[in-house]
Amino acid sequence: MNKVVSNVSEALIGIEDNMTLMVGGFGLCGIPENSIAELVKLGVKNLTCISNNAGVDDFGLGLLLQQKQVKKMISSYVGENDEFERQMLSGELEVDLIPQGSLAERCRAGGAGIPAFFTPAGYGTEVAEGKEVRVFNGKPHILESALEADFAIVKAWKGDTEGNLVYKATARNFNPMMAMAGKITIAEVEELVPAGELDPNQIHTPGIFVQRIFQGEKFEKRIEQRTVRSK
Amino acid sequence: MALDKVGIAKRIAQELKDGWYVNLGIGIPTLVANYIPEGIEVEFQSENGILGMGPFPFEGEEDADLINAGKQTITATKGAVFFDSAMSFAMIRGQHVQLTVLGAMEVSQNGDIANWKIPGKMVKGMGGAMDLVASADNIIVAMMHSNKAGESKILKECTLPLTGVGCVKKVVTELAVMEIKDGKFHLIERAPGVSVEEIISKTEGELVVPDNVPEMVL
Repeated sequence: MNKVVSNVSEALIGIEDNMTLMVGGFGLCGIPENSIAELVKLGVKNLTCISNNAGVDDFGLGLLLQQKQVKKMISSYVGENDEFERQMLSGELEVDLIPQGSLAERCRAGGAGIPAFFTPAGYGTEVAEGKEVRVFNGKPHILESALEADFAIVKAWKGDTEGNLVYKATARNFNPMMAMAGKITIAEVEELVPAGELDPNQIHTPGIFVQRIFQGEKFEKRIEQRTVRSK
Repeated sequence: MALDKVGIAKRIAQELKDGWYVNLGIGIPTLVANYIPEGIEVEFQSENGILGMGPFPFEGEEDADLINAGKQTITATKGAVFFDSAMSFAMIRGQHVQLTVLGAMEVSQNGDIANWKIPGKMVKGMGGAMDLVASADNIIVAMMHSNKAGESKILKECTLPLTGVGCVKKVVTELAVMEIKDGKFHLIERAPGVSVEEIISKTEGELVVPDNVPEMVL
C-alpha cells in the first residue's frame, strides 16, 4: 500500500486547532523538524503536544511555543527553554509531567490496545496523586492509562513507500511507540526508498502503523550539548 | 580533606562489578565511567536508547543522532545496541540493569530520595529518575553532604517533593560512604582526613557509627 505524500504540507492535512499531537524525539535528537516548521506556518493553535521534551527556544517544539500554539505539554523533562518557563509560570501553558518510562509505555499501550497498566514508577510521589494503587509481589504500583493522539508525527532515518521505517542510533527513542499510538501517523524520513529496498529483517516500525510518509526537504539536526574529547 | 566531584566518582567506581550493566545519571555519576577498575568489564546504559555507551567523540566526529540522556554527543562501543524508549525502560523496570547511580538534592534515613523539584522554582521534570529509582535493586546516590548554606541534605525525612520512597541503599558524599538499612544511615567509610565528628555534625538523619570507621582508599 502506497503511503507516500508529495510534501510536508500534504502530510499535515487535517491537523486543526485543539488537536492532540504526539511528536517524536528526545531533546532535539530524532525530532520531525520539517513537520514542526510547517506547523508553525499553518498557525494551528491550542494544541496538546505529547513529547518527551519541549525543544529549545528557537528549535524543535520551542518554535511552536514561541508562537503560542501550544495549550498543554505532556512531557517528562522540559528544561532548556526560557519561553516555556515564562508561559508555564504565568499560567498560559498547562504542563503535565510524567516519568519518562511511564510516558513511553503509555504511548506503547495506546498503540497496542492496552487501556492501562500498573507501574512502580512514581509510587509515593505527587505523580501518584489520585491514581489507583495496587500491591503486586509485595510492592506497590500505580495505575497509568494509555495515551493516544489525533496525529503522531515521527522522524525516521529511512522509510519505504509502504511506510516501513528504520531509525538511526539514539534518534529512535520515542518515535516507534508514538507511531503506534497516532490515529493518523505521519512519518518524515531522511531517505525515502521504493518498497523492497529495506531488509524486512531490519525494519523497526512496520508500515501498518504509518498512514503518510514523505522525505523531508532538509534536516538541520541541531546538537543540544556538543561534547568532545581531544585527540 | 573532603573529596571533590572526581573523588566521589572514583569511590563509586569501586562499587562496579564485572559483568554489570550500569545506568549513570547526569552530573557526578557521569564521571564514574572514567574510573572503571582495571580487569573489570561493565556496560553503560543510557535511557534514551543505548547499551554500550562509549566516551565523548573526537572533535569533528560528533553525530547528532548519537547522544546520551544528558543530550551530550557520545560514541557507541563495539557490541553496542540501540533501542526505543519503551524497550529501554523495560530494561530498567524489569531490573536487568544491575546498578543505577544518580544525584540527589536530599536523601532520608529510610531511603527516600528527592531530586527533581524545588517548589516555587522552575520545574524541569523528573525525566527517567522516577522509573529508575522505583525499580532498580541497587541504587547509589552521589551527592554533597550539605547545601551551600551548610544545611545537611542527609535527613531524617526529605523536605522536598519525593522522586521515590525507600529505594536508596548507599550514599557517597564528599565526606563519607553510608549504607541505608533498618531506617538508619550506617557510616561505612570516611573521606581521607575527614573526622567522624565532622560527619556526625553534618548529618541530620540518624547515623549509626561503628567503633572503627576506615578511610576511603582512592
